[in-house]
Amino acid sequence: MGKMKLMKGNEAFAEAAIRAGCDAYFGYPITPQSEVMEYLAAQQPQLRTGMVLLQAESEVAAINMVYGAAGTGKRVMTSSSSPGISLKQEGISYLAGSQLPCLILNVMRGGPGLGTIQPSQSDYFQATKGGGHGDYRMIVLAPASVQEMSDFVKLGFELAFKYRNPVIMLSDGIIGQMMEKVELFEQVPRLTEFDQQWVTTGKTPDRERNVITSLDLDPARHERHNLKLQAKYQKMRENEVRFENIDCDDAEYLFVAYGSCARICQKSVKLARAKGIKVGLIRPVTLFPFPSEEIGRRAAKLKGILTVELSSGQMIEDVRLAVDGKVRVALHNRMGGMVPSPEEVVDALLKSFSIR
Amino acid sequence: MAKIKGAIVIDIEKCKGCELCLVSCPTDVIRMEKKVNGKGYHFAYMEYPDNCTGCANCAVVCPDGVITVYRKKFEE
Amino acid sequence: MEIRNPRIQEIISEENLVYKKTSLMTDKALSYCPGCGHGVVHRVIMEIIDEMGIQADTIGVAPVGCSVLAYEFMNIDMQQASHGRAPAVATGIKRCWPEKYVFTYQGDGDLAAIGTAETIHACNRGENIAIFFINNGIYGMTGGQMAPTTLVGMRSSTTPYGRDAALMGNPLKITELVAMLPGTYFVARHTVHTPLAVRKFKKAAKMAFENQKLNKGLSFIEIVSNCNSGWKMTPVQANKWMEENMLPFYPPGDIKMNGEIVKKAEKAE
Repeated sequence: MGKMKLMKGNEAFAEAAIRAGCDAYFGYPITPQSEVMEYLAAQQPQLRTGMVLLQAESEVAAINMVYGAAGTGKRVMTSSSSPGISLKQEGISYLAGSQLPCLILNVMRGGPGLGTIQPSQSDYFQATKGGGHGDYRMIVLAPASVQEMSDFVKLGFELAFKYRNPVIMLSDGIIGQMMEKVELFEQVPRLTEFDQQWVTTGKTPDRERNVITSLDLDPARHERHNLKLQAKYQKMRENEVRFENIDCDDAEYLFVAYGSCARICQKSVKLARAKGIKVGLIRPVTLFPFPSEEIGRRAAKLKGILTVELSSGQMIEDVRLAVDGKVRVALHNRMGGMVPSPEEVVDALLKSFSIR
Repeated sequence: MAKIKGAIVIDIEKCKGCELCLVSCPTDVIRMEKKVNGKGYHFAYMEYPDNCTGCANCAVVCPDGVITVYRKKFEE
Repeated sequence: MEIRNPRIQEIISEENLVYKKTSLMTDKALSYCPGCGHGVVHRVIMEIIDEMGIQADTIGVAPVGCSVLAYEFMNIDMQQASHGRAPAVATGIKRCWPEKYVFTYQGDGDLAAIGTAETIHACNRGENIAIFFINNGIYGMTGGQMAPTTLVGMRSSTTPYGRDAALMGNPLKITELVAMLPGTYFVARHTVHTPLAVRKFKKAAKMAFENQKLNKGLSFIEIVSNCNSGWKMTPVQANKWMEENMLPFYPPGDIKMNGEIVKKAEKAE
């Protein structure tokens, strides 16, 4: 059992990066995630584990440094917030197309445009449906606590290497900034052996040269490449769905919420149950792959589902696909950095489904 | 007196007929063939092989690396 | 081919071999236009890696542009970069493998337009990499549009009446610019259009790899080259035009040696 520490979400993420044996971090400052690089810099990871830390000239450069470093087969990561993640999209598309593992943290803030530095969940579509150009998906992990800001770093790297694919942690300004107790995992050694099958280490006489590219001008071959990618994403759908159920077994109504909204809804469940309303909460932990089966399975027995989001309603589309019309799905949302109170969510539930 | 003699071998199918070897040859050995290769290019050949000194200038400027150069010293 | 001189057969044998394409160039026919300088630069870089015996320790970064498929021709481990980002990609690789040799191969649009920030900052950080910068004053792959290095008055498909500096800005001498940065250790400009020029470039390129051992900073070599298709000339004419027009504005020579400026930038006319 490790020691409990009181940390900010962003700091826990950074500490976990060092402990997960991350080989390199490339970033660019942006609120509300700047503590990640600040914490790393203060820790001098180059001395602690030999981890590379570099502040790039832009988010564009940072993600391309990640792309280059990921090609060497090492554990690499970057972090940013919404506008910065938009800038990284081209690089993420290249990472996905070239099948490179890496971990990306998005501490979401409100948009569109420069928007606000306050928390938001309005990058759900961007993270779960691709984001950049081309047909690709990333595993999307949605931490709802400082503990998960730490735990998901380790999990994220495992999944990234398992599928040779970028993994994104979709956090938000609340989770990144808030302080909670966290139990940190023990130091994992940095990688010392590399899968020579595909990484760039320098061509040796015993193998063909390794080329990392997403380009293929032969349409038939490129279609095969795309089919291979899609098959990989299907495997993720089959094997990597993660979610948390709270009070779902006797539930007549369900909240579906992730990240900070799930934390708010935990309280709303208690408040509603105190009023005698049987409500449960499904918290998707992976947003891609989405726990569609779990939500769909419960749909027929429910009187209504309320999704609670810090966006105009993005995840609700996946919930509606999951229930396939079997139950009405309503939305309670706030935008622009506003956050709903637990009471407000309960009121929304009552109103949406005319519960008296 | 010893004489240096050279010769070049051209990978005809990869020659693109750019003529950069022709203009770089100090002893005017190379000409372009009237015939074309599989890609439709007039490829280079040694028209005056006796002049070749094996200096490798042609091979050094050849963008497609199609020229191999040999050189031998003859005692006369 | 008929052998006109029986002596030739005596000359053409392994022990008399003077020059042969390095085995570090693959057997794939180059996709470049006839007479294009890319092929020569590719070959010279591969010759150096071959001669230094560092194939197992070298990683190249290919850009977007005509040389996007460089990895099809260079028999070394390579990574393809998005447009302009090769110096950032190379930074990522080099920081993870500091003991390996890393180089980028970039054109003028890639390095001096869309990738200016990455170029300047990799140079300024003094990344221990080599950058080979092919400047032919035009976007070759997309069909001959104006590049940041297109000369004033020079025609391209997007400057059909010639580049007007008042409207389109001036050609960018990025090589002189990066020479001023403290992170660059060796900066030079070369050409590959004559045998002598190729041999000079080869010396410089070798230095660019040897410098990586010293960990003193970045080596940057511009190669002023032709684009006969884009310029709409024969290869021989294009090289002549390059000598008469490009080289007065982009004069070959060493600009920075061992971290010291050796040639001041000339003022543009």
